[in-house]
Amino acid sequence: MMLQRALAGAPPRALVLLALVLSALVAAPWASNDYLLTVLITILYFAYVGQAWNVMMGFAGQLSLGHAIYVGLGGYAAAAIYVYLGLAPWIGMIAAIAIAALCGAVIGFLAFRFRVAGVYFAILTIAFAEFARIGFDHLQWLGGSAGFFLPVANYARNDVWNLRGSPTMFYYLMLVLTVAAFVLCHLLLKSRIGYYWQAIREDEEAARSLGIDTFRCKMIAVAISAGMTAVAGVFFAFYYNNLFPEQVFHISRSIELILGPIIGGIGTLFGPILGAFLLTGLSETMQNLLAASGLDLPGAKQVIYGVCLLAVVVMLPDGVWPWLATRIGVSRKQP
Amino acid sequence: MSALLDVRGIGKRFRGLLAVDNVSFAVARGSIFAVIGPNGAGKTTLFNIIAGAIAPDRGSIFFDGAPIDGLPPDQVCRRGIGRTFQLVRPFPALSVEDNVIVGAMLHHHELAAARAHAHQLLRQLDLFDRRGQIASTLTLPDRKRLEVARALATRPKLLLLDEVMAGLRPVETDRMVLILRNLSRETGLTILLIEHVMQAVMALAARVLVLHHGAVIAEGPPAAVVREPTVVHSYLGAEAV
Repeated sequence: MMLQRALAGAPPRALVLLALVLSALVAAPWASNDYLLTVLITILYFAYVGQAWNVMMGFAGQLSLGHAIYVGLGGYAAAAIYVYLGLAPWIGMIAAIAIAALCGAVIGFLAFRFRVAGVYFAILTIAFAEFARIGFDHLQWLGGSAGFFLPVANYARNDVWNLRGSPTMFYYLMLVLTVAAFVLCHLLLKSRIGYYWQAIREDEEAARSLGIDTFRCKMIAVAISAGMTAVAGVFFAFYYNNLFPEQVFHISRSIELILGPIIGGIGTLFGPILGAFLLTGLSETMQNLLAASGLDLPGAKQVIYGVCLLAVVVMLPDGVWPWLATRIGVSRKQP
Repeated sequence: MSALLDVRGIGKRFRGLLAVDNVSFAVARGSIFAVIGPNGAGKTTLFNIIAGAIAPDRGSIFFDGAPIDGLPPDQVCRRGIGRTFQLVRPFPALSVEDNVIVGAMLHHHELAAARAHAHQLLRQLDLFDRRGQIASTLTLPDRKRLEVARALATRPKLLLLDEVMAGLRPVETDRMVLILRNLSRETGLTILLIEHVMQAVMALAARVLVLHHGAVIAEGPPAAVVREPTVVHSYLGAEAV
């Protein structure tokens, strides 16, 4: 019923393509080696967090440049609960979501209550991520700057409940997560709150004149986006088994996770996913090509990567997905 | 019968400028009421005060028997006041239909019901054929009607129209006048409009209020108001006589 409603109105060709892509992703681990699987996990991770960030920016028009804070809070919360209380990450995830959503709500409250908007809002989000980075550097019971580690051992079989297992397990979990986030975002966008977010993104004053409590709607957007991002943090922590404040909270992490949706198409449902494939794919391909060519050009990868980003932003300012959707004939028909 | 909107002694000062000076008037249920006056007379400020976008310094506003002055715009809308903007501001990247659905969501929780309501309004406003178009691609007359449709979607008892005829060609003005008159007649909607186009004011309004330098200089039926010497002198110009 819900699925039926979610798919209603989509052109048949889009459904066929979607089914093909999904089947390919499900079958991927059989056809890939360890390296490729790692790349695919990275792609799904960015697709997921990009989708989560998109709820705030793409739907509600609130630019967050500090989303790493929610990844970090989620990771640290679940890891600490696992290490100190011995509780499984799925239970820790509830705390992780709650803490991140609360943190988002605090940032949102300060900004929306005191009319901190636009770039100033973005700066506020950076500031909070930096507070967290410096703060966690000094939290000794969470390892401080020396890092927080999860116990690692060789696991004979995959333990999904404790998130201990092979990359293949993490791959499928990330895949489920990415699909779930896609479905959730689709339903949100077609709901009342989704319409209200888009109205606020387009013109907040006009939105208010239509009876929309913009403060409440923006708070919900931040809380949902933060909570979703924290889930990715939990998987991040249990996949890498270590957390360093300098890494997880660093601003480059926040920037990295918003590039996917920007390249793919802000505010679209497929944009974050497509963007993650393009960017991670590009980055890895370039790495391999440069290595294979035998040329010793430090920084060449970054330069080429930057030029590619620039080219996309200049030529397709709305992102790749809206352009691609029209090209392959899957954009919704306008009545 | 008590008035739907009762404005009592409203005043608003912007630094040195007294934008609205002790303005009082009442709008009867089901009527069309116009506010006219030269540029800078304080019409839009008055309008924004009623809609909750600006808080008044003094005075009070009663709507449907309850005070609404000082309420934020979203709550004013929930009480039953819909508005348009002088410089039209539809949601540019959304389709015509989605623009109206946003308004309709105030009373419909289900998308299907909101869409059905939106379609009905789009037909009334002659926009049904353009429902799939992105709002930013509409012409000015279409955008003006879209704003009216969007405001109506919130099911207002009172509709505030800020210069909804400005920039329209005479044919378009007539079309808008006809639509508004039908709305008022068929649904009992009360309309308060700010207008420069006297032809539209004369055709629509049962009562007219004239503002000058923030103060009321005349109020009454349009035919009587346009003959008052103060109005002729300050607004219409001597050649209008």
